[in-house]
Formats: sequence, C-alpha cells, structure tokens
Amino acid sequence: MTETRVHFYQVGSFAVGNRLLSDADRTVQASRERTNSLDSGHRACQGCGEALGARYALDAAMRATGGRLVAVNATGCLEVFSTPFPETSWRIAWLHSLFGNAPAVATGVAAALRAKGRDDVRVVGQAGDGGTVDIGFGALSGMFERNDDVLFICYDNEGYMNTGVQRSAATPPTARTATSEAVGVDPGNVFGQGKDLPRIAMAHDIPYVATATVADLHDLERKVERAMTFHGARYLHVLVPCPLGWGAASADTVRLARLAAESGFFPVFEAEHGVVTGVRRIRRRVGVEEYLRPQRRFAHLFSGPGRPDLVARLQALADANVERYGLAPQEE
Amino acid sequence: MLQQLEGSRAVAETVARCRPEVVCAYPISPQTHIIEAIGAMVKDGRLAPCEFINVESEYAAMSVSIGASAAGARTYTATASQGLLFMIEAVYNAAGLGLPVVMTLANRAIGAPINIWNDHSDAMAVRDAGWIQLFAETNQEAADLHVQAFRLAETLSVPVMVCMDGFILTHAVEAVDLIDQAVVDSFLPPYEPRQVLDPDDPVSIGAMVGPEAFEEVRYLAHLRQLDALELIPEVAEEFAALTGRVSGGLLHPYRLEDADTVIVAMGSVLGTIKDAVDARRGAGERVGVLGVTAFRPFPVAAVADALAGARRVIVVEKAFSLGMGGVLATDVATASPASGHDLATVVAGLGGRPITRRDVEGILERSAQGTLPRLSFLNLDDDVVARERARMAASRRSGPFAENVLRDLATGGAHR
Ligand SMILES: Cc1ncc(C[n+]2csc(CCOP(=O)(O)OP(=O)(O)O)c2C)c(N)n1
Ligand code: SF4
Ligand SMILES: [Mg+2]
Repeated sequence: MTETRVHFYQVGSFAVGNRLLSDADRTVQASRERTNSLDSGHRACQGCGEALGARYALDAAMRATGGRLVAVNATGCLEVFSTPFPETSWRIAWLHSLFGNAPAVATGVAAALRAKGRDDVRVVGQAGDGGTVDIGFGALSGMFERNDDVLFICYDNEGYMNTGVQRSAATPPTARTATSEAVGVDPGNVFGQGKDLPRIAMAHDIPYVATATVADLHDLERKVERAMTFHGARYLHVLVPCPLGWGAASADTVRLARLAAESGFFPVFEAEHGVVTGVRRIRRRVGVEEYLRPQRRFAHLFSGPGRPDLVARLQALADANVERYGLAPQEE
Repeated sequence: MLQQLEGSRAVAETVARCRPEVVCAYPISPQTHIIEAIGAMVKDGRLAPCEFINVESEYAAMSVSIGASAAGARTYTATASQGLLFMIEAVYNAAGLGLPVVMTLANRAIGAPINIWNDHSDAMAVRDAGWIQLFAETNQEAADLHVQAFRLAETLSVPVMVCMDGFILTHAVEAVDLIDQAVVDSFLPPYEPRQVLDPDDPVSIGAMVGPEAFEEVRYLAHLRQLDALELIPEVAEEFAALTGRVSGGLLHPYRLEDADTVIVAMGSVLGTIKDAVDARRGAGERVGVLGVTAFRPFPVAAVADALAGARRVIVVEKAFSLGMGGVLATDVATASPASGHDLATVVAGLGGRPITRRDVEGILERSAQGTLPRLSFLNLDDDVVARERARMAASRRSGPFAENVLRDLATGGAHR
C-alpha cells in the first residue's frame, strides 16, 4: 500500500485545523455542545490567559462528566472577574470561599456528595498560583495526601495579579513585580530554590499530575479529560500568561505561552502515580531570551548593557528542565 | 436513662444521633475525646452514611465543613483555643455564607503563654463572627444543646457554636440522660438547605459584594441573629416538652425573685455560684444568679428584664479584653437600664484557675460591704505582679515575663 504523507497547514503554531481531525479528537470548544462554563461578559483584561485556560479546562471537565460538576474557586483574578454580581459568568455550580482554602472546601464538597451517594457528580477546585503554591499549599498537600476525589487546577500567571502584581513563590527569578522591583544590584525577583508544585504533587504519588499551557488548548482539554478518568486527587498546573502583570501585549498571550514551552522554561508533561508518563517535546527550540524579551517584567535584563549573566542563569533553568524531562526536539 | 458518662462522650453520642453526614476536625485538647469518639463511630459504620475527614489543620477543618455544608450535608466539627484562632477566617466565612455548621467549642485559654486549661477567651475572640454561641452549664445541657443547635442552625441558615468548658465539662464524668434516637428524629427533620451546589440547578455562591449592598447583606445576617432570639426559647420549649429537660433557652435565672444583688455568669461555674447563692440565701441575703446561655445573639431585652429589680450586678467572667475589662460585662452594661445599678466585673478562672464557692461568697461579701471595685481579678497574686514590675523597672533586659513569674513562684519570691 502506498503511504501518503499529509501536510498540515503550517500556521507557525503547529496547530491542526479541527476539520482534519476525527470527531472524537476535535476540541471541546469546537463542539456546539460545549457548556460555556465561564461565559462571556466577565471582566478579565483583554488577552487574559487565566480566562482562556479556565474556560477550556472547565468545558472539558463538563464534557468529561456529562455536566455533573461542582467548582470551588479561591480568591483571585478568576474569582473577581467572573462574578461581578448581579452578573455571573458561571454556568456551572460554583462556590468561592477564601483565598487559601479552596482545596479543603473542594474536599468538603466531595465528602458531602459521597455521603449523599452522588458519585455521579465530580469536583474541581481552582486557584491562581498564589492560592495554590503559597497560601493554599498546606490545604492542597492535605487534599493530595488523603487522595480526596478532587481535580485541582492551578492557573499559574506567576504572581498575585488580583492585588496588583506582587511576587509569589511561582514568580520566576529576575521578574519585576510590585514587591520585587527592578532596582538594586539584583533587580527583580531573587533566585530562590523555586517551588515546583507539579513535582511536589508527584511526590504525593497521586493518580494524575499534568502541566499545560494556553498555547496548546487541545492538550489542556485532553489532560482534563484524562484527569477525569481517575478518581482521587489530581493536579493540573496551567501556565496562563497575564498581559497586565507581565507587561505584554494582549495579542501575545498564546505566543508567550508557546515560547515558555518551546524554550523549556515551562516543561509540559504528565505523570501518573508519581511517574512521568508523557512529555510534550519541544518542536523548535528557542532560547529563553526570545521568551523573555517581549515581557516588560524582564525589560531590565535587556536595557542598556543588559544582564547577560542573569539571562544565562535563566537559560540554565530552562536547560535543566529540558534535561530532566527529555524535552529536546525529536530529530527529523 | 441516666448513665455515668464523660462529657465528651455524651456530646459525641448526641451528635451521632443527630445523623451528621460530614464530620471533619483537627485534634486539640480538650476537644479530642469528642472527635475521637465520633471518628470511631464513623469508622465502624454505625453512622453511615457519614464521612469523617482527618485534616491537616483547623483551617482545613472549617473549610471542609464549609464545602460540605454548601453541598447540602449536615456538618459537624469541634475545636478549642488555638484551633479556633487558626480557623478564624473560615469561621467568619461560614457565617457570612449562611452555612449551618455546628461546632463544639471546648473552651480553653489562648496563648501566649500557652495554656490548655479552661477559660472563655476563645469564644470571646469570635463573638462578632456571626455564629450563634450557646454556653452549656452542665454535661446534660452540653449534650442537649447539640440537638437544638442543629435545629437552630438549619432553620435559620446560621452556624451554631456550642461552648462547653474544657476539662471541667469535657472530661468530667457525671450522670447524663442520652436522648433517644426517635426523639432526635422527630425533633430534627432532614436538612433542607436554602442554597446548595447542585449541577441540576447551578448557582454561584460567594461573589464579591461592594458598598452598594454590603451593609444590607450584613444587616440581613444581623436580622437572622435577632430571629434566633425568638427561636432559641421556642426550640428549648419544644425540647423540654419532648424530653422533660430544661436545656438551652436564652437565660438561666436562679432565685432572682426579690434579689437585689445578681451575679451574671456563663458556663459550668454557674453551679458553684448557685451553691454560694443558696448559702447566702440561707443567711437571709437577697442574692440571685443570671446564667447567660445565649451569648450570641445577646438577649439584651431579656437581660434587662431579669436585672430590672437588682441594685447590684456582678459579672463573673472567664475572659477579658486587655486594656478595657469585661466582655460579657460590657454587654450586660448595654442591657442595663439607664437609671442603673452598680455594675462590677470580676475576671476569674483564667487559664483554668479554680473558682470556689468560698471565692464567690467572698465576692458577694465585698459587694455587700461596697468594697468590690468596678473591675477586679479574682485571687490575683499582687506580690508576684509587684515583683515582676520591679524587675522590669530595674533592668531593660528583664527577660520573658511569663517565665519570670513561674520562676518567682518556684523560688517563693527569691528570684531576682
Ligand atoms: C488571607 C488573604 N490574604 C490576602 C488576600 C489578598 N489577595 C486576594 S487575591 C490575592 C492574590 C491572588 O493571586 P493568585 O492566587 O496568583 O491569583 P491571580 O489573581 O494571580 O489569578 C491576594 C494576595 C486575601 N484575599 N486573603
Ligand atoms: S490581571 Fe492578569 S490574570 Fe488578572 S484579569 Fe488581567 S490579565 Fe487576567
Ligand atoms: Mg497568580
């Protein structure tokens, strides 16, 4: 039999048009049955990666559960911009309690459903990086350790955006935030030890851990659906660029997310029961500089003589990711 | 049937009969025996369908309770002292969201200095959180209050805290008549939530509320507390009709008729105070006691009524506001008629210091002689205090004062 190589339309993104896919592989967003869980009219900034990620993730979760879903939200941009009452963008059952307790509240919802014999209804907890990596960390670890039946999604925009762009433990080194200003000998955020939550989640041996970005929304949807095939604690860490906090153009959200992955700065992978089962390999490797330059939060690395020493250290972080997860592009 | 039971066991057995669906707690003395007992009952299947969740902190315990209650489950937790403070943000949140969680507070002092014994500082620290706070006088009442608490909470969509003195009640074994399951079932209908997380009827709960509505929302919560002032006595009466027991209600007046001196207090110390009052009555003095069962909502009108005939009111309380004075006393003063009586506050029993019948009689004597100050601290060791003040004056680096006081006591004042 002769083999025909299919040439996909190249749009610089490696995206494949939905029409070329089988029905089962098409995106949830492309379906007219999507729920619009986070509906239009919310007050997010133009180009908000968090709004984009949440919409895709929750619609995918709704499809995976047949609409039997309850969402618990931490305080943060997503919570504030989605519920400017009397309007709400949520078309799903949704509860916001506090900034640091969303994992535990989600546990409570799951426990109540179990007690009531409602095993058809599933629970999603969601928070920003602050609500996940910092203030909600203890509650999240507790939820993991107990293996409660909750999918927790972190929308990581690498800072406390809702309160005006302050540093979180997920803010990358050198990034300027309102509490890590680009002044002094070591401008921007310090080089700490990092707080790699996906790996910390994996250390709990929970059934499923994955990272994703809003550059590959189909991958995000697939991971949500995969997560929903498991019971127990699951964790999804989604990189969601924030035009306001990052000092980037609204139109660049998806491009920046892609560059974060293609530079190796944000590794995209998934793991089951503590073991990495898949990585999204880099297609066309770029240096971190290409990712950093369009963002004003890194402007001090490139103005005047610049800080090539710091850029080199950031590159080393990306290289370490590529090494750790085997992200290097596949030889053609 | 009366049984000899530890207070914690009586509470656990009673909560079990209330058929909770989610119980979530974090251990802290003196609450531990309650949740241990309930945990065991859930684990052996006796309470099915009920989930018992072991969490990593009190903050999580109250947060799990919030999620469970918002999903429509009858939800119970218990804590004390540091644990209550650790969960305080969620304590306010549960009330703000109108979730009828029931919590036992095994009253205990708050550190530093760390102290595991009983006083009421913990309850006072959350008095403005929007919870109904009921104080039990005996283990029987502590047990009974939990049945009433679920009924009140779920009727009003307001969380209820049953306060019982740590150790003094939680760890004391005394005769308790456990309520029959059938009685609880007739008294406590299944929980029908006002708001619930339901995929079939999705609502958003917990939105930001700005200045355009915040005051109204808070006022509505206040009105629910005022509704509770009506409902608490009704529920207590209905409970009495079913069980023959007088538990709960707003106040426990004792020998108030014709009393010109009234001691106001809360919790287990009321027993001691009643004994002292009986003794003084025997000596012909016109003294009485007003036990406050409902601290929040505070029954202003009922207290005013009860104290209308008194010339002297003495509030004996196991907590105080540093730099100010009594907490309960401030509320009692608010309820007192303008023409007024003399009001004295005696801060007593802090950190578990005993309050004896002789102490109470001493208070009454001083009051009668007109030598009871407006604010005093029962059995305060003035010498120890003076010596530490002297050390502080003598040296800038006088060191940690709690440790100095302990060393001072151990050395009989020889410590410099
Ligand atoms: C206990 C508490 N501390 C601080 C805050 C203030 N606060 C609200 S949202 C927020 C930052 C949220 O950051 P993140 O979780 O990353 O979400 P983002 O807004 O960036 O999406 C902070 C600090 C709060 N609401 N509660
Ligand atoms: S500040 Fe950032 S995260 Fe918040 S709404 Fe704007 S773009 Fe989105
Ligand atoms: Mg953030």
